[in-house]
Amino acid sequence: MGRTIAEKILSDRSGMMAVPGDIVEAAVDYLMVNDVTGLPAFEEFEKLKVKPLIDKLVLIPDHYVPNKDIPSAKQALAMREFARKYGVKNYFEVGRGGICHQVMIEKGFVAPGRLIVGADSHTCTYGALGSFATGIGSTEAAAIMAMGKLWFRVPESQKFILEGEPKRYVCGKDIILNIIGDIGVDGSLYKSMEFYSAFKLPLPDRITISNMSVEAGAKASIFPPDEKVFDYLEDRVKYKPVFADPDADYSDTFHYALSDMVPTVAKPPLPSNTVPASECNIEIDQAYLGSCTNGRIEDLRMAAEILKGNKVHEDVRLIIVPASQRIYARAMREGLFEIFLESGAFISGPTCGACLGGHMGVLAPGEKCVSTTNRNFVGRMGDAKSEVYLASPATVAASAVKGRIVDPKEVKP
Amino acid sequence: MKEVMRGKAWKFPDNVDTDQIIPAVYLVTGDPGELSKHVFEKFRPEFARKIEVGDIIVGGKNFGYGSSREHAVRALMGAGVSCVIAKSFARIFYRNSINLCFPPIECDMDVKEGDLLEVELAKGVIRNLANGRNYPFTPFSPFALSMMKKGGLMRYVEEVLSCTK
Ligand code: SF4
Repeated sequence: MGRTIAEKILSDRSGMMAVPGDIVEAAVDYLMVNDVTGLPAFEEFEKLKVKPLIDKLVLIPDHYVPNKDIPSAKQALAMREFARKYGVKNYFEVGRGGICHQVMIEKGFVAPGRLIVGADSHTCTYGALGSFATGIGSTEAAAIMAMGKLWFRVPESQKFILEGEPKRYVCGKDIILNIIGDIGVDGSLYKSMEFYSAFKLPLPDRITISNMSVEAGAKASIFPPDEKVFDYLEDRVKYKPVFADPDADYSDTFHYALSDMVPTVAKPPLPSNTVPASECNIEIDQAYLGSCTNGRIEDLRMAAEILKGNKVHEDVRLIIVPASQRIYARAMREGLFEIFLESGAFISGPTCGACLGGHMGVLAPGEKCVSTTNRNFVGRMGDAKSEVYLASPATVAASAVKGRIVDPKEVKP
Repeated sequence: MKEVMRGKAWKFPDNVDTDQIIPAVYLVTGDPGELSKHVFEKFRPEFARKIEVGDIIVGGKNFGYGSSREHAVRALMGAGVSCVIAKSFARIFYRNSINLCFPPIECDMDVKEGDLLEVELAKGVIRNLANGRNYPFTPFSPFALSMMKKGGLMRYVEEVLSCTK
């Protein structure tokens, strides 16, 4: 019987034949920890009285940085001190990093065939480059710092076949929202999604799709690597791509016609609550462009294309948060900031910010926000009576101009 | 981990997410006691005040959906909840629960808010003392059970480390 990508990577790292349903103990290539999940992990780890395996460890403060108050400052300090105490070289200070998942990709930690875990649920993002990557808890992170390995239940895999080509303004965000709208928020629970498409989706779109796969409950979300990935990684890192066997076994197979998809919005309180953007017609108070889902340079360029020559609606504030320092610098050099500032947007440095209701854009009771982030749960970005509508960068930019949620075509046909 | 758990039921719907269990603004400590003060704060503000030690949460599908924050499990443990029973669990919440010895019990049962429940882990059964019915739950995998019996992931790590020393 052939094997899926997930089964192959877990077999390789555990030295066992990894069959779905089995529990294996597998060696991880990298462990990522952020400022929020870090503190409990460090506390657990210190009880063991051993030295951490620092080569595998990547520490990235992003959730509550720059520190928003004294408790978050103490938490960020705990990470900094841990990094200093043990000489962790992969620590990315504020101003030299950004949102953890984006930094993991940019700095070359993510590559095909790797097994990567992170104490953050959106670690599944890295499957876009052909890794098996999944989110874990803080105690598990402590265990890996000590042992370099962790238990995994080998997931069944699901095959997603994306057919045809997406129309203008339909991007990775719309594709994954359509899929979650179809299979539901537990449609991939405990499973590994594997994506196939004759149309070579641009890498940023794959990253957005893999990022939000956890919103369908997935453990991992893997695109078999191709030239787009190899070109992106150049010779920066060494890796061994892993592909599925032609006769690999999938628990389900889904087909989606990309050409039928339209710009899509997920209404609160679940990412599966989808409607076409053109039918949404909700008046908004805020528009948020950023996060590990859609804060990349391609996303900012798309928004700039729509905002150019337009003004943000007088009743709306548009908050733009590039996902990393590198993207921030690039957007500035490309002249995107000028377009954003001219339109009346607010630009922040890279941070998770209001994506998780942390800071810099938290919503008041009754306020509505259209956002490129990944979660629209009750109270996710602020008060329990505020609302989050998930959409693509194009939809968010166009909606910011119109003051209500619209299809991007309404602003730039 | 207790072999028999007894407490009254708190009913929750499908897809209870970790943002509801513990809002992100409180993720500045890992202390279960501190976290428990804000458990379900936006969603069921009376919960933290009224919960009694031993009480049991009965959720629907996909309990613990969302973020990887182990703080969610810690907050419930800190509040004195003895276990969560749900039709299904989100995977990271499930893992965190096993690793911290907070039994995630998969069962589709009839229950009303406030019913007195008794969970017997070894027998794999939940008794609803209010309606007199018994409900078998999905047995834990041998691995999950041994992890919880051992006292959780950190005890396991200590064992492995002491063997290799
Ligand atoms: S940007 Fe949002 S979803 Fe991404 S890591 Fe930060 S808080 Fe999580």
